[in-house]
Amino acid sequence: MAKKDKEMPESEAELSEIVRAAQEPLQIIGGGTRGILAEGVPLSTRALSGITLYEPGAMTMVAQAGTPVAQIEAALAAENQRLAFEPMDHRALMGTAGEPTIGGVMAANVSGPRRISVGAARDFLLGVRYVDGMGQIVKNGGRVMKNVTGYDLVKLMAGAHGTLGVLSEVSFKVLPRPEMQATLVLKGLEDAAGVAALARALGSPFEVSAAAHDPASGETLLRVEGFEASVRYRCAALQKLLGGESAIEEDGGARWTAMRDVRAFAGVDGDVWRISCKPSDAPRLAEKSGAAAVFYDWAGGLIWARMAAGSDLRAALGAYDGHATLIRGNGQPRFEPEPAGVARITAGLRARFDPRGLFNRGLMG
Amino acid sequence: MQMPIPDAAVLARKARVVEQLMKILPADAVIHDVAETRAYECDALTAYRCPPMIAVLPSSTEEVSAVLRICHAEGVPVVPRGSGTSLAGGALPTADCVILGVARMNGVLETDYDNRIIRVQAGRTNLSVTGAVEADGFFYAPDPSSQLACAIAGNIAMNSGGAHCLKYGVTTNNLMGVRMVMMNGEVVDIGGAHLDAGGLDLLGLICGSEGQLGVVTEATLRILHKPEGARPVLMGFDDSEVAGACVTDIIKAGVLPVAIEFMDRPCIEATEAFAKAGYPMCEALLIVEVEGSDAEIDHQLELIMEIARRHNPVELRQSKSAEESAAIWLGRKSAFGAMGQINDYMCLDGTIPVSSLPHVLRRIGELSKEYGLDVGNVFHAGDGNMHPLILYDANKPGDLELCEAMGADILKLCVEVGGCLTGEHGVGIEKRDLMHVQFAAADLEAQMAVKDVFDPQWLLNPAKVFPLDASEPRRQLALAAE
Repeated sequence: MAKKDKEMPESEAELSEIVRAAQEPLQIIGGGTRGILAEGVPLSTRALSGITLYEPGAMTMVAQAGTPVAQIEAALAAENQRLAFEPMDHRALMGTAGEPTIGGVMAANVSGPRRISVGAARDFLLGVRYVDGMGQIVKNGGRVMKNVTGYDLVKLMAGAHGTLGVLSEVSFKVLPRPEMQATLVLKGLEDAAGVAALARALGSPFEVSAAAHDPASGETLLRVEGFEASVRYRCAALQKLLGGESAIEEDGGARWTAMRDVRAFAGVDGDVWRISCKPSDAPRLAEKSGAAAVFYDWAGGLIWARMAAGSDLRAALGAYDGHATLIRGNGQPRFEPEPAGVARITAGLRARFDPRGLFNRGLMG
Repeated sequence: MQMPIPDAAVLARKARVVEQLMKILPADAVIHDVAETRAYECDALTAYRCPPMIAVLPSSTEEVSAVLRICHAEGVPVVPRGSGTSLAGGALPTADCVILGVARMNGVLETDYDNRIIRVQAGRTNLSVTGAVEADGFFYAPDPSSQLACAIAGNIAMNSGGAHCLKYGVTTNNLMGVRMVMMNGEVVDIGGAHLDAGGLDLLGLICGSEGQLGVVTEATLRILHKPEGARPVLMGFDDSEVAGACVTDIIKAGVLPVAIEFMDRPCIEATEAFAKAGYPMCEALLIVEVEGSDAEIDHQLELIMEIARRHNPVELRQSKSAEESAAIWLGRKSAFGAMGQINDYMCLDGTIPVSSLPHVLRRIGELSKEYGLDVGNVFHAGDGNMHPLILYDANKPGDLELCEAMGADILKLCVEVGGCLTGEHGVGIEKRDLMHVQFAAADLEAQMAVKDVFDPQWLLNPAKVFPLDASEPRRQLALAAE
């Protein structure tokens, strides 16, 4: 077979053939917007595109891995539904072009602010079809919401960043769009007080869909969604519970899109890190990080940090309950090194799913 | 149901294994007397029984690790057991195995309301997790029917669901971390008080692996603040297809109830005779529950009833109080018991796309006639997880086999319409030999490769999940390696 600069199969069967015949490493690419780079010949899923099935009454959709997220969002919006886990669009932050794909979202388990209330991409992913490192087509899960038939390789593929197989098709759960959203904005809180306020809100019965704190503006944000009367009731209840100076903003969608896409760090120099931690540890970790700027999402459970290029954030943080991922920059390994026992399992799985080490070599341990 | 022939070489080593176990566990934690091991001969799939060679009841992760090291060195299969409530035979022993019961590990290790987590030993029962936090207004969401008895260890093994998972998800969506002992005795910590994996999502892989990858000894679970209140509405329809359409319309309207439960006529009749809940005699009954403040509940129930009215219900009863809510739930909660009063039953657990509901119910009715066995349907309609209850007489020769054949036909039907064999009970031994219906050889091979990584000798719960013919080469290799 003639050597190609780039592979772009148009069918799952062709994808399988390409992997089977591959003689050298492959770099798996969806839309190429997330800056995930690995060795090898680019293998793009872009031509595996299209919504295969959409049942609004069952809240499920099946789509080819290369289907643009925008196309999926548009189809869902027409039925007043959405991807509730709110996947981030990395283009502004990473300075990339291209079109984010649903396969890329699932492979990287990309979730936004609503992750704390509805779950991550991995919680919505119901089924996968993928091609493993031997070129075999494998399916797991399905298109129903409750399924414990056999091992859950669906979760394993979500977040595997293409290192175990190339996704060809995904099925996932969707949710209705709410009638209204509003944001309670608390003002003038220091980081620790802000994160503590978010914890009190999430420990109340007044369902919050997102919770963030931005030291730059000194604002602490709580998003409430649902039927209009309910949103107004809960916002007022939270305002009373938390006290202090605050305002209720109706809509506020743009704020959360900016938060989701980390716009604050777009176009600003420096490495960008994502720290997943125990929420109450967040202010202390942010302090220790030595970051030039931080903000807190997931009620503190997610810290976005902007650091001087090449900084060793992990060394600065020391040991804690969580992990850090380098999203932008290349002076450090992208993924947190794993403890020996876990690393052995990871290596064992990669050796079984991709025995020739073709997929995204060098990316994940 | 076929099980592997017990390994005579392992049985011959019993005394030696007991002696080693006695050295690392208190005497009352090693059960090896033939009469006493009978206590562990089955789980809630009582049609199948087999006393284990030995049962052990360790009290700590360290003891579990020591037990597994011995069994690993001696080549003894180990079957982990939570509370033994599996309906799929997940904890069914083989005659040559050690049952590892985690019931003595039932403590709460940490409660943290600021971070909304609780860390427990895995033998703790599901309901007592909520019990530990409910005085402070919190709860643990997954609520399998057996929640009074079932252990978190078993919930994790089977990725258990419950009536309220339409809103709160199943175990895997509420599990944040585990401490797990591998078959070779190695202890690993996966996940914790933070969200999402830093590398591969091993936590997601372990949850639902039916005790075949490791023995979970501790779990970090997400807890939530209780809603201000919850109330259901009951609706009856004279056509199950119409009830199905009503469910779809409710979901499409953007109301997200915490539960949508469905019962068909045979089930309503049995329940009325048993619990006298005052249900209308009709073809299909729905119970839809919503949560929030009183005003929020009223608003959502009004929206739901407006949708229901468009489908001409024969009955529409909105709960206005805790007493009325209890009355509405009474029949549903006694449905299994009511069916059990009539006869022995087998409870299936297939899931189907909600849109296939009318077709599947019709086909189940036809199969019931063909086989001459009565079936009642009660299930979680919002997520398509069905629980057909097939009635049979365990004392009548051939009836169990007939019932199993009919159950297999129903599960094949679930797969045919785009669903799956099991929504929340697990495969165990019950659905093991039907896995070929849902999965091609390559699909099963990928799953078995995972077990190869965690448990290369196939000693942990080896005769479950995978069809015996598919797993045989691996189990034989393990034997040969002894």
